[in-house]
Amino acid sequence: MSQLLITATKKFAVALGLFTFLFGLLVPASAFAVEGEPVPDSNVFSIGGIIKDGDVVLEGIEISVLGADGFEAVGTTGADGRWSVPVPGKGEYQVTLRVETLPTGASLRDPDRSQKTVKIDVVNTVNVLFPLNDTTTPAVKPGDKPATAETNVFLGRLIAGVNLGILLAMAAIGLSLIYGTTALNNFAHGEMVTLGALLAFTFNKILGIDLLLSALLTTILVAASGWFQDAAIWRPLRKRRVGLTQMMIVSIGLSLVVRYIFQIIYGGDTKVLSQGEIWDVFGVPTQAVNVISAGVGVVILLLVAAFLTKTRLGKATRAVADNASLAAATGIDVERIIRIVWVIAGALTGISGVMLGLFLQASWDMGFSILLLMFAAVTLGGLGTAFGATVGALVIGIFVEMSTLVIPTDLKFAGALVVMILVLLIRPQGILGKAQRIG
Amino acid sequence: MSNQISVGDASPGCQKVDPILVADNVSRQFGGLTAVDVAHVEIPRGKITALIGPNGAGKTTLFNLLTGFDKPTTGTWTFEGKNLAGVASYKVARLGMIRTFQLTKSLSMLSVIENMRLGAQKQAGERFLAALIRPLWRAAENRITEQAEELLKRFKLDAKRDDFAASLSGGQRKLLEMARALMAEPKLVMLDEPMAGVNPALTQSLLDHIKDLKSNGTTVLFVEHDMHMVRHISDWVIVMAEGRIVAEGPPAQVMKDQAVIDAYLGAHADIDLGTVSIKIAKDDN
Amino acid sequence: MDWSLVFGNAAAELISPTTAAYALAAIGLAVHFGYTGLLNFGQAAFMAIGAYGFAVSVLNFGLSFWQAIAVSMILSVLFALILGIPTLRLRSDYLAIVTIAAAEILRYVVSTTSLKDLTGGSSGLSGFATEFYAINPFPTGNYLFWPFDVTEKELWVRVFGWSIVALATILVLLMMRSPWGRVVKGIREDEDAVRSLGKNVYAYKMQSLILGGALGTLAGIVFVLPRAVQPGNYVTGLTFFIWTIMLLGGAATVFGPIVGSMIFWVLLSLTEGVLQGLVNMGVITFLSTDQIGPVRFILIGLGLMALVVFRPQGIFGNKKELQFNV
Ligand SMILES: Nc1ncnc2c1ncn2[C@@H]1O[C@H](COP(=O)(O)OP(=O)(O)O)[C@@H](O)[C@H]1O
Ligand SMILES: [Mg+2]
Repeated sequence: MSQLLITATKKFAVALGLFTFLFGLLVPASAFAVEGEPVPDSNVFSIGGIIKDGDVVLEGIEISVLGADGFEAVGTTGADGRWSVPVPGKGEYQVTLRVETLPTGASLRDPDRSQKTVKIDVVNTVNVLFPLNDTTTPAVKPGDKPATAETNVFLGRLIAGVNLGILLAMAAIGLSLIYGTTALNNFAHGEMVTLGALLAFTFNKILGIDLLLSALLTTILVAASGWFQDAAIWRPLRKRRVGLTQMMIVSIGLSLVVRYIFQIIYGGDTKVLSQGEIWDVFGVPTQAVNVISAGVGVVILLLVAAFLTKTRLGKATRAVADNASLAAATGIDVERIIRIVWVIAGALTGISGVMLGLFLQASWDMGFSILLLMFAAVTLGGLGTAFGATVGALVIGIFVEMSTLVIPTDLKFAGALVVMILVLLIRPQGILGKAQRIG
Repeated sequence: MSNQISVGDASPGCQKVDPILVADNVSRQFGGLTAVDVAHVEIPRGKITALIGPNGAGKTTLFNLLTGFDKPTTGTWTFEGKNLAGVASYKVARLGMIRTFQLTKSLSMLSVIENMRLGAQKQAGERFLAALIRPLWRAAENRITEQAEELLKRFKLDAKRDDFAASLSGGQRKLLEMARALMAEPKLVMLDEPMAGVNPALTQSLLDHIKDLKSNGTTVLFVEHDMHMVRHISDWVIVMAEGRIVAEGPPAQVMKDQAVIDAYLGAHADIDLGTVSIKIAKDDN
Repeated sequence: MDWSLVFGNAAAELISPTTAAYALAAIGLAVHFGYTGLLNFGQAAFMAIGAYGFAVSVLNFGLSFWQAIAVSMILSVLFALILGIPTLRLRSDYLAIVTIAAAEILRYVVSTTSLKDLTGGSSGLSGFATEFYAINPFPTGNYLFWPFDVTEKELWVRVFGWSIVALATILVLLMMRSPWGRVVKGIREDEDAVRSLGKNVYAYKMQSLILGGALGTLAGIVFVLPRAVQPGNYVTGLTFFIWTIMLLGGAATVFGPIVGSMIFWVLLSLTEGVLQGLVNMGVITFLSTDQIGPVRFILIGLGLMALVVFRPQGIFGNKKELQFNV
């Protein structure tokens, strides 16, 4: 009995300790705050905001507010672009911009965020922002052009799909190389893509550096980030013999941390990165940078293939991916190979990030939003090989873009994921890799 | 030489008087490597059969194939006349053919007694809905626990009853795995290197236990490198090399077989086979 | 700035229906991962099934409160079957990727404009809890004491939510102390060993997936009773929060997820309140109020990383009971 009590007390103490520790991070600052401001005295609660296209305020835009047990209200922006809706009290509300009330040409910067959840508790009035695309700098994506009579929609989607597939392939190879050599399912891989896109944006758009040089600098920096995260996180964890599942969860945590740091630095909106002239590719107007990206991408993929099959280092990498302990026994320095893999994966993913940024535009969570497509590519291709990842990425890229001919655009990612699951169902051996030894 | 086990003279793949397990054309390839290629083999019922052969001979792979843990490239086999090819491993076990693993699979984060209880068959409480209604399975649980405690005593593990299996030594885990397999009251128990790493002080009681199994009517098939042990308790010996069965027969006869000596020792035919035991016994940790 | 309000709000999270819902979802996940070793990264999907199954049944098909719950549970079982059939035979890390993908597929499907009439598209659904509040046994009034003071509606949803948590706890305790629980724990340790003892591992994994998923579905219902159904809530991030909560309390424990959920929400509310206060007072100048949300996520991410490396068994778990050996 007393034993029980002691264990319970110990557990409680640990809980309290953890609580105090986390809390301690916050308390010192608040301890100085002796007198706060008076409580906002009213019991009036409201949600509001302002809708602007660039610097022009928009009038007559409707915003609906839904609350608990059926509360529903609609606000409309006035001549100053402002709207405000009184709400019954504290709680969570769901605020939706009625996209159909926007003037033609105006659209949300992030079409997925026409809706936000707002919580009212400490503050009585909450502002909700819906950033719109600045119509002065329209972003063009291949196939996004309104289909004119001579534009072949089918071909347009195919070209866009191949383009996406090639760009996805470079990032997917990075993911697959890391998985192959360390067996880590890296959920923070998307953030390297984002880092690539955002750095390119910083160099090119903020600092005004030439795009090519920006891309080069970005690649070097993301490669360095690969080396750094291996040295700072993954190698120590391997040394501690932390399990693979644990490492996978660490990568999930890392992804959250990095993603929201991006959001704090760069904000929640989409950064327009693409630019330049439009080329005619088989009758499909396509942005020149994307055509060039795809070309460069193919060359890089060929180089990677040559590196893995022809060079000593590449062969050693494949040996480690095949069987790390056997490779170690034959005198290969496995840790060194892993370090190199992180750098190569970083470089490939960084380039991919720049090009995907040019293709899809850059935002704080772009990498995370395509993370599952990368996993799908690696899984589809199977075997954790670079070649498999490339094929998988092309299949996924083409499927994502082509499927929109048949299914609604907002389901295109879902379609690609369904394909991945179906492939697993029909050909599990394709993704199982080597059969595991039993007994 | 005649014996009561085989029909006629002992030879690789010979017919048995009363076989419990019969396999035909069982082969397994890994890429280009043929790990197992057994034309015909029969395991005699109610006897202790040793399966011996150098490392990499394909013994473990054959176990995996016969128990449904691996799929053969070709082959069919029957257990007590029932066709087992393509039958899921858990169903094989339910038919009374229980195997252990060369690399021990004790369930580390379960206690020793829970490991043992898991071996029992026909516990109604293992069914999803019945699990919620204790009266449905309490009696069976008590009976299983008694049986488990008895076995633990036999295997000198009773002091560890409530410890996590993770806290056992390598040898103790081997014992636990074997005891757990016996909880299922198998008709045929297949032990993959049961003595490897077991404290030599315990070996004798283990041997006695295996003999007890036989007297209770259980058939035993075991893989072993210790030739003294093989000679001591087995009624029949099957020798594998490079995936094939190269010799078969009563222990005394097989030990003298030139094919066996070649398979094990290659050119160094003058070394006594018995020396293997000393090396293995030292591996205990 | 009123600090008592900040602390009051944080304390109120201890019994909030959201805390109950997350605790319930985390208990379900503990059944999956903590006890059976299944890497389910799609718990958000089970919650979405609860939310949408319930709301659509009421709004579009006019079903009663209890009927709607029953429909959600049936959908949950079907979803578990669809998810489990292709994946439970695969290596465990594939289960992780497939479950996360399935959850995303479901989210895309409920938010697509093509199903707007059924699911409300990206605006979601509301007004489905009328009957739930109509059967409220508590007369109009204010209940409890500061900082837990609530209206009769708030009390009812709390009583309902926590009752379900209590029932789920008892259910899982009974299951895990039964021979069934022994088998699934064995599967967590080494499924081949369990198979060699004549247990149908695949069936047990499926049962575990269904059981934990059903708890996730109930969590989804409890979660939406006090708010609107909104597709944006069922992102992968939700699953990761449930994982954090489960790992915080201890994956292979029944009470861990409950305490984990309480700690999680209290800390989250405190962080938000304190940061907001400090920003408003001008003590913190490097953050704007918009950036407080991201800071919370960063803290959750850091917490998750630290937890899984330094205390994988959670606060209440037995170090020996849970090892990540998948
Ligand atoms: N899963 C597998 N993949 C590839 N080769 C294997 C696998 N399992 C066994 N082998 C090979 O098959 C041969 C037989 O192995 P095994 O059955 O373990 O031999 P034994 O148990 O007789 O020592 C060995 O050459 C081994 O390397
Ligand atoms: Mg072997």
